[in-house]
Amino acid sequence: MKSAWWKILAVLLLIYTVVGGLLMEVPRLVILNESIRALYFHVPMWFGMVVMFLLSVIYAIRYLRHHDPLNDRISAGFAHTGLIFGLLGIGTGMIWANYTWGTPWHGDPKQNGSAITTLIYFAYFVLRGSLDNQEQRARLSAVYAIFAFAAMIPLIFIIPRLTSSMHPGSGGNPGFNMYDLDSTMRPVFYPAVTGWILLGVWIASVRIRIQTAEEKILDHEYERNR
Amino acid sequence: MKELLLYQFRSEFRKKSIFFSLVLYLVSLVFINYLALGIQNRSLAPAIWSALFWMALLSTLVNAIAKSFVNDRPGTLGYLYSLVSPEEIIIAKIVYGFILCTGISAAGYFFFALWLNNPIQDVPLFFGTLLLTSFGFSSALSLLSAIAAKTNNGSMVMSILSFPIIIGILLMAIKITKNCIDGLDRAASSDELLLLVAINLLGAAFSYLLFPYIWRS
Repeated sequence: MKSAWWKILAVLLLIYTVVGGLLMEVPRLVILNESIRALYFHVPMWFGMVVMFLLSVIYAIRYLRHHDPLNDRISAGFAHTGLIFGLLGIGTGMIWANYTWGTPWHGDPKQNGSAITTLIYFAYFVLRGSLDNQEQRARLSAVYAIFAFAAMIPLIFIIPRLTSSMHPGSGGNPGFNMYDLDSTMRPVFYPAVTGWILLGVWIASVRIRIQTAEEKILDHEYERNR
Repeated sequence: MKELLLYQFRSEFRKKSIFFSLVLYLVSLVFINYLALGIQNRSLAPAIWSALFWMALLSTLVNAIAKSFVNDRPGTLGYLYSLVSPEEIIIAKIVYGFILCTGISAAGYFFFALWLNNPIQDVPLFFGTLLLTSFGFSSALSLLSAIAAKTNNGSMVMSILSFPIIIGILLMAIKITKNCIDGLDRAASSDELLLLVAINLLGAAFSYLLFPYIWRS
């Protein structure tokens, strides 16, 4: 129970996010209006995704250094969760864009970048699926994960900053910086980000434990049948 | 090192059919584009020209680089493994791929100019872009080709793995090409050029660092 404190914290933070995010006072801005509350649900998805992929890459590097299969499972688990966060981020973003921009897909550089990122990680899982040898799968997918992450950085961090984006906060739109300074949103936004990231780590850890258990069961059956 | 590069060339040109099949592939792609568009007056919007050009190049170049590891026989690889370090091999592959890609891109530009007219106004800048993208393609794809060669359906995996990685390079290239066609001032493309160089360096550095881990098996 002692090590579960962060899970309890995640649940509490998320309850607070949902209640506070939907009920507390937000600044009134033209066009955005009440949809500004998407900040508590849509934006943390991207924070979560980046953190998950970062953890995945760290464990991929650790795998290449130590060749411990556990590191490979952890890396894949985080990549999986990151992909779910990315898909949810695109989904929530499309709902929001439908009301503020008029169409769900507007060809915004950030939208395209996120779509490419999810494609990369789908390719990662295709690669894992097409390799039978466990050791080889772990090594090659670790290499691809590191390479893909290196390719992702310019896509989601640099290109959107070079070109004008329709996202709030860039290109002169009423945006993030303006209402980030507005301290009415901060008390919910930061806990929301922390809560969603903790939830992501939790999901990943459950997945990793399931995989480890499955592996053990397979080993047992193999031993018994011999 | 130099011998390794020479070996690449010799083994490739012993099978001349590979190089010519790539060129033929490119020519038929361009010709299909020409027929499909059915342009008699030979005018094409800049965006469409550059999109078509890079699409045709993309599929040809992915095919070209995919061959660089898939075609090597296991016996040859084992022999190379005992002779040289993996770093030397990846550098040789990248340099060879760079020269191959440059040749193919130049050929692509020639055939596009032949059938789909030649709207490029700033030719030196355009060739600079071709060189940069060729290097980017060969550095990124050589590593992926080595990965794909290990899987049981190599060519399929190769295209799936490479497209998302390549998109960054491709987007920059398309943007610069459009600027070249519109005859804009070079300062207009400097951001994209800089980013292209950065992506290239990143790709090459990571290929160099990661390749030894693939090579080990």
